[in-house]
Amino acid sequence: MQFFLDAFRWLLDPANYVAGGISPLPIQDRIGEHLWYTFVSVAIASMIALPLGLFIGHTGRGRQFVISFTGMMRALPTLGLLMALFLIIGATVPFTQAAFVASIIALVILAIPSILAGGYAGVESVDPQTVDAGRAMGMTEMQILLRIEIPLSLPLIISGIRAAVLQVIATAVIASYISLGGLGTVISSGIGLNDNERILGGAILVIALALVVDGFLALLQRLVTRRGSKEARPQNIDFRRRSFGSAAVAEEPVNERKRHVQSKK
Amino acid sequence: MSWLVDNFDLVARLTGNHAILSVIPIVLGFVIAVPLGWIANRSHSLRSWVIGGGSFLYTIPSLPLFVILPYILGTRITDERNIIVALTIYAVAMMVRTAADALAAVPADAVEASTSIGYSLWTRFWLVEFPLAGPVLLAGLRVVSASTIALVSVGAIIGSANLGYLFTNGKQRDFLEEILIGIGASFLIALVFDIAIVLLGRVLMPWNLRKSPASKSIRQNAVGVY
Repeated sequence: MQFFLDAFRWLLDPANYVAGGISPLPIQDRIGEHLWYTFVSVAIASMIALPLGLFIGHTGRGRQFVISFTGMMRALPTLGLLMALFLIIGATVPFTQAAFVASIIALVILAIPSILAGGYAGVESVDPQTVDAGRAMGMTEMQILLRIEIPLSLPLIISGIRAAVLQVIATAVIASYISLGGLGTVISSGIGLNDNERILGGAILVIALALVVDGFLALLQRLVTRRGSKEARPQNIDFRRRSFGSAAVAEEPVNERKRHVQSKK
Repeated sequence: MSWLVDNFDLVARLTGNHAILSVIPIVLGFVIAVPLGWIANRSHSLRSWVIGGGSFLYTIPSLPLFVILPYILGTRITDERNIIVALTIYAVAMMVRTAADALAAVPADAVEASTSIGYSLWTRFWLVEFPLAGPVLLAGLRVVSASTIALVSVGAIIGSANLGYLFTNGKQRDFLEEILIGIGASFLIALVFDIAIVLLGRVLMPWNLRKSPASKSIRQNAVGVY
């Protein structure tokens, strides 16, 4: 317990927030860097993965690719990817930028699968009847995508982005070992100096940052869900409705929908 | 490739340790998550506590958790038990939601039929709910297996002797081949585990060879976003 008190004292020490401190200080700059890396890599990954995920969800083409790709990526060790990219990029880019470029590429690669899966699962979760209704009213495929499928799948799209953001925040910590800035430097310098307050303080900061950012995205997810229909709610993908009794009635329309989705491929 | 030949003993030893460090959390995670998933389906408030707790734990980044655990467990920072505990936490966090969904998706009439012929809660779970939830649980287990094996290597930063050592060492020596061999070996473990889990599923659930479309779509949803 004493360790934790010391760590919190370290976190609350105003001296650690004075501008122009040495290496991992001041803390607020490291938090800013961490958020910046996260934002840049998730933004780039979204630009690549969202259109692709939406396309796959809309056309139903390439779903097997998404499933096996996300599965493969899950087994990729992040530390290995970071270090390998650092050496490969370091051979071509000047040393000062190598860490940044290599880290961002690694973070983008790691963020893509969740965002891709979110976009694809989101569009696929939209009730085909709703899509058919739009088509019957004379909407073009583009209009269907923009006005029906994307709004209805926003909760799942955001849940994919949430997963990606968490992955990126966690991996950016490790990237301090290829001399990227951010909160990881607090922990790694703490390990180097054998300074417990710093290790623990840094770890608490990262966890707090992850929880705050994730909480914010969860709120955003709830906001867009309230506007959208119930169908696209992530909760509806898990199978609550059995729980107590009246299952047989509730089951029907959902199975109908699932069968339709299945036959689409 | 000559590096691999010369250092084959090292790579083999690291691979073995890596596999051990992964298999314990995978098994423990499954054993803990399934009962928790069952409990989660008892009521709505329990469900939100269990599932919410799972996603909260999953939010914690790995390296900070590795370095915090020694202070909580009273272990030394280089102790491998920290890694096992941390990875078990992640395995439970990932698995508990799948377990709850899998058990909730067991057809209600099957459960009710078994209750009406007098099965106790305990026999009903083992003879009806658990086997019927099996395919989805298996899919969840495959996800947990792959991500656990990938995460173990982060432990090398705090001195664990697993394949992650090839990453940190290769980076220090500016030696790409060593890193790539580490990644390859890690993939190999993941592949072997995945095949083992699938085969285990076939042996334990021979009735599942002809997959029903409904269970397939549930499985895909279980693997969907993460």
